[in-house]
Amino acid sequence: MKEQHVKLSVKNVTKVFGKNPKKALQLLNEGNSKTDILKRTGSTVGVNQATFNVHAGEIFVIMGLSGSGKSTLVRTLNRLIDPTVGEVLIDGKDITKMKKEELRNVRRKKISMVFQNFALLPHRTILENTEYGLEIQGVDKEERKKKALNALKLVGLEGYESQFPKQLSGGMQQRVGLARALANDTDILLMDEAFSALDPLIRKDMQDELLELQSAMEKTIIFITHDLDEALRIGDKIALMKDGEIVQIGSPEEILMNPSNQYVERFVEDVDLSKVLTASHVMKRAETVQIDKGPRVALQMMKKLGISSIYVVDKKQILLGAITADDAKTAAENGQTLQAIINPNVQKVTGETLLTDLFDKVSTATIPVAVVDENNRLYGILVRGAVIGGLAGNNEVINVLEKAKEEVAADQSSKGGTH
Amino acid sequence: MEGLLPKLPLADWIDRFVDWLTVTFAVVFDAITVSLEGIVEGLFAALAFIPSYILIILIGLLAWKLATKGIALFAVIGLFLIDNLGYWEGMLETLSLVLTAVLITVVIGIPMGIWASQKNTVKQIITPILDFMQTMPAFVYLIPAIFFFSIGVVPGVVASVIFAVPPTIRLTILGIQQVPADIIEATEAFGSTTTQRLLKVQLPLAMPTIMAGINQSIMLSLSMVVIASMVGSPGLGADVYRAVTQIQIGRGFEAGLAIVVMAIILDRITQNIGIKKQGGKI
Repeated sequence: MKEQHVKLSVKNVTKVFGKNPKKALQLLNEGNSKTDILKRTGSTVGVNQATFNVHAGEIFVIMGLSGSGKSTLVRTLNRLIDPTVGEVLIDGKDITKMKKEELRNVRRKKISMVFQNFALLPHRTILENTEYGLEIQGVDKEERKKKALNALKLVGLEGYESQFPKQLSGGMQQRVGLARALANDTDILLMDEAFSALDPLIRKDMQDELLELQSAMEKTIIFITHDLDEALRIGDKIALMKDGEIVQIGSPEEILMNPSNQYVERFVEDVDLSKVLTASHVMKRAETVQIDKGPRVALQMMKKLGISSIYVVDKKQILLGAITADDAKTAAENGQTLQAIINPNVQKVTGETLLTDLFDKVSTATIPVAVVDENNRLYGILVRGAVIGGLAGNNEVINVLEKAKEEVAADQSSKGGTH
Repeated sequence: MEGLLPKLPLADWIDRFVDWLTVTFAVVFDAITVSLEGIVEGLFAALAFIPSYILIILIGLLAWKLATKGIALFAVIGLFLIDNLGYWEGMLETLSLVLTAVLITVVIGIPMGIWASQKNTVKQIITPILDFMQTMPAFVYLIPAIFFFSIGVVPGVVASVIFAVPPTIRLTILGIQQVPADIIEATEAFGSTTTQRLLKVQLPLAMPTIMAGINQSIMLSLSMVVIASMVGSPGLGADVYRAVTQIQIGRGFEAGLAIVVMAIILDRITQNIGIKKQGGKI
């Protein structure tokens, strides 16, 4: 993580829709529920005391089902909807107290937005659409064209400048929406269900592209979605909303592993774990034998552990290969060293590999797949049962292995210490 | 009921109000009369200056460019027929009256429509007035119009405008308010001013609808020409009126047919302006 300064700070933002927001607020502060307030005042609580910070360069995902208030919340960030109470600080300045003029400037220079249904101007070409934000700022023609073309290039729409939105597919239209927001070169990007109207394959492409763009641009992105898979894929942090309230904020992993309440748990239940869990989540502690030991030692270890093969490492835990019990037995009888019988062609994956990607390897491997780091240091092994358990969402398997990972890490650091 | 409450002297009030208007605003009415007369007569003089066959070809070309080949052909044949039947001059007089009425309609109607689309209170005040203008029988305001503007083409133009302006206003409001909310939201999110939003987004997107309103206004003002002739407006309306009062069925039909031909040409051309613009861009 780079600099950690807070770009956007939302404090106690509440939005009440309806005629009597004061009464509703009072009831809300007294702890009444949303349905009670609706019954008693006719007012709807859109957002209830949302508080969070977004750091510069972060992708902050606000997630919730429809009606959870996420779209209302994101609109309070640039005051398309005025919050009833609360503060929204952008670079320390409270936009809820700004005058029209000042607010317009913030919208022009600091914060831009991408919309669910693209919201392109149908009577303007792609280039003219992309230029819109600059045009209304009075940027001169040449310069805004240059910037707009650059933004279009970033989203891969070179050559489409003179087309009209209707002539493009949904995915391409949303690229225009993204280019229009990028052309303004604002620090903050609000994306309101930006990919939800796209079909799943295009959506995945767009997510990848957004991540790629983000790695180069380091914008602060607030991304709204109802799709947990999407949230987990792109979010650095996720805020889960329900009935206008933020019920949990955390990294994707925290949300998955420690759902803070039943609501989050139910949400997480359906998620495709194979796309979130990595090899390091399900690996087991590796049993190893060092290369300078004899075949008899290796054989003895395998017998004791009841396994038919074992990994061979050097003193620095660098993976050299594996030996089987049969080979070790023959070597012991013939007086050979481990060096002679080692099989260096073992299946290896890194700790970050997603379960989806390693499932094939694990199912065809004859011995457990090794998990190594970039220096080929052995971290653990993947046993078929644990991988399948992980895929099935068996938390016990995952937690046990989490512990194993910690052990490996502890092991690692103690080894580093003796060096 | 009768006798219980005295009759409201509404008629009396209106009479006195009209008298008061006539006297107080005499200068204003005179100025309007002179300028409207100037516009209608200027238009007529310009159109009449061009030989009929050249004007027919010009209108044909205009129809071709703005609409389709078929409409151009219809315009040429129809106009030749009018010329042949001897209604050319009457047609030009009517055309001048209608064009003047439509010009005023656009000048008044579109800004009113824009204003009403931005402010709900304005819309709420305007709507019943528009209902009033469209449903109040034309004769009722034709008579005071004579007081204000004397007999001639001007009360005809004024009556046509009163009758024809509501659709332009209504459809301008509709067109602007029909611009999708998410597009408006997007223009807001990028920091547009109200004027920028109006000029760069709302009006261009409302254009086809506004054009439909103008088209309706043209048709309505054409439908007023016979009534306008009763207060002294010249043109095809006067021909129809004269024929009807003298029970010349054949001549009445001829003049009526000329109005129909004119109406169709004007309608098709203006209808296609909106569609062609839209087809090219959206």
